[in-house]
Amino acid sequence: MITDMMTPFELYQPSRVDDALALLNRYDKDAWKLAGGNDSFDWFKDRIKRPRAVIDLNGIAELKGVRETADGIEIGALTTLAEIARNPLVRQKYGLLADAARKVGSPQIRNSGTLGGNVAQDTRCWYYRDGLPCHRAGGNTCYASRPTSMNREHAIFGANRCMAVNASDTAPALVALEAKMVIRNPQGERVVEAKDFFIGPSVDITRMTILTPKDLLSAIRIPSKFANAQFYFEKVSDREAFDFALVNVASATIVKGGVIEQSSIACGGVESVPRHLKVVEDVARGERQNDATAKLVGQAAVRGAAPLNYNQFKIVLMQNLVARAIRGA
Amino acid sequence: MSKNKINGGCKSGGGKNRERPGEEDLSLFSSARNKFISRRDFIKGVISSGATIAALGYMPGSPGLSRARAASPGAVERLISLKVNGRTRRVDVLPQETLAMTLRYKLGLTGTKLSCDRGECGACTVLIDDVAHYSCTTLTHSVRNRSITTIEGLEGPSGELHPVQKAFVEELGPQCGYCTPGQIMSAVALLKENPHPTREEILLSMSGNLCRCGSYDHYFRAITRAAQGG
Ligand SMILES: Cc1cc2nc3c(=O)[nH]c(=O)nc-3n(C[C@H](O)[C@H](O)[C@H](O)COP(=O)(O)OP(=O)(O)OC[C@H]3O[C@@H](n4cnc5c(N)ncnc54)[C@H](O)[C@@H]3O)c2cc1C
Ligand code: FES
Ligand code: FES
Repeated sequence: MITDMMTPFELYQPSRVDDALALLNRYDKDAWKLAGGNDSFDWFKDRIKRPRAVIDLNGIAELKGVRETADGIEIGALTTLAEIARNPLVRQKYGLLADAARKVGSPQIRNSGTLGGNVAQDTRCWYYRDGLPCHRAGGNTCYASRPTSMNREHAIFGANRCMAVNASDTAPALVALEAKMVIRNPQGERVVEAKDFFIGPSVDITRMTILTPKDLLSAIRIPSKFANAQFYFEKVSDREAFDFALVNVASATIVKGGVIEQSSIACGGVESVPRHLKVVEDVARGERQNDATAKLVGQAAVRGAAPLNYNQFKIVLMQNLVARAIRGA
Repeated sequence: MSKNKINGGCKSGGGKNRERPGEEDLSLFSSARNKFISRRDFIKGVISSGATIAALGYMPGSPGLSRARAASPGAVERLISLKVNGRTRRVDVLPQETLAMTLRYKLGLTGTKLSCDRGECGACTVLIDDVAHYSCTTLTHSVRNRSITTIEGLEGPSGELHPVQKAFVEELGPQCGYCTPGQIMSAVALLKENPHPTREEILLSMSGNLCRCGSYDHYFRAITRAAQGG
């Protein structure tokens, strides 16, 4: 017999954004936004999160699809990863995002999993996911940073009481593409840069993004700045499917006559946020796109890394991935 | 509260509450709120006894079912129509019920297997509008207007096996067979979209289905055979 069904909740299935916002306004912290459910149902089945009201966003047509805009494209937050991976517009001009989306989970996860859910997903630190009362869960300890902790998957940068990393594959791609996140709440709409959308424990240890309970991510805009640039996405994980990145890298590079004019690069799996590698961009600018530059930027990328007991390997991994990204292979 | 009363306020499908239009327009289940218990008390109640209620709530016909209904608005079933294997089925569904649960324990379609119940294995794969999905990670209420196909729905008009099933038999596909319905559904989804897949396309499309017995090569050969017309 199955012993781990979800606890009861009230289910709402609005078909308009305004109705969803009214529900968020009414239920606030007691509401849970549901997209593809691939992250949510784990929490519910493990009974660690027990929302009173679940707001299923899947019926809201205006939150779905990819549109061309004056300056790039706009992707509805409820668009599935499978659709993004095969969408001609995304593939032609912003292939980085299509490549990242194609690396998530498994075909079935991509068929239901959404871009909004992928960027808003919670961290995968198993101590936290198992419901232990750690800092992130409102307690006062970190189970991942003890001498015997299993922290192979944890952070090598920016740990502040919490060692958990951002697990999303699309997040670094969106940071590299300088995407803008469109957020709506009962008060109105605001647009934030992807790199400011993700937050670390020093800002708020209980959240991975700036989204508050009443906020709905409605769309993701990708400016044309890096359209048709040289893209590189690589994810290293223990298994090809069903697995999160140990480290992933996403980069967009504009090369003219063998010289790197501009690059934008971010790594996942190394920090609580996708790590935007500003330093790499500065080192690479104006350099020839070759092995020597790649080596240099790889070293620059991992400067200051502070590994835990079991994740030193991530330093070399990240260094190599960044080098490959800048070299273009 | 009787079950009629609970469902009485809702139009099937539309989710409109006739008793209190306006405020509760979007609510599917809120008419079941118990007036005599404040919301806060109720939430506490569910937290302390949630395990029992939900566990009993899932066992059809179990004595716990009526208690579960009475104790929690979330535990209220609602009668909906589902399109499964070309037929319209009327079924009472809890808000938190997954499609795998509805198919197996309400509709008796036990060909769909449950293994991890976490979107990590593929045993529960079914087609929703011809696309492969994990039914353990799908709310039944979210597929009310979609067309669901399970392994039982693959048979031909006179009960003959689907070409993919035949190929699985020919190639001695399964070992224990537990993952097989899910594998077949993924293969059917692939061939519907792409009748002549390459080796890589087959491997990628099947990567969301694990096989504990390691029958991957057999399945691969079977899909290749089915794509070549048996
Ligand atoms: C077995 C398995 C493997 C996985 N592998 C990967 C992987 O390799 N790479 C990866 O990146 N992820 C992976 N995931 C994580 C995740 O489930 C998927 O990334 C998926 O994209 C999440 O999207 P969803 O729509 O299903 O999210 P949901 O579960 O519906 O939502 C996730 C979170 O986002 C919030 N949310 C969703 N939409 C919005 C919105 N529009 N506005 C505000 N908040 C919102 C929800 O409230 C919830 O907190 C995996 C998950 C599983 C179960
Ligand atoms: S039972 Fe659904 S994926 Fe394992
Ligand atoms: S045949 Fe036994 S699990 Fe696949």
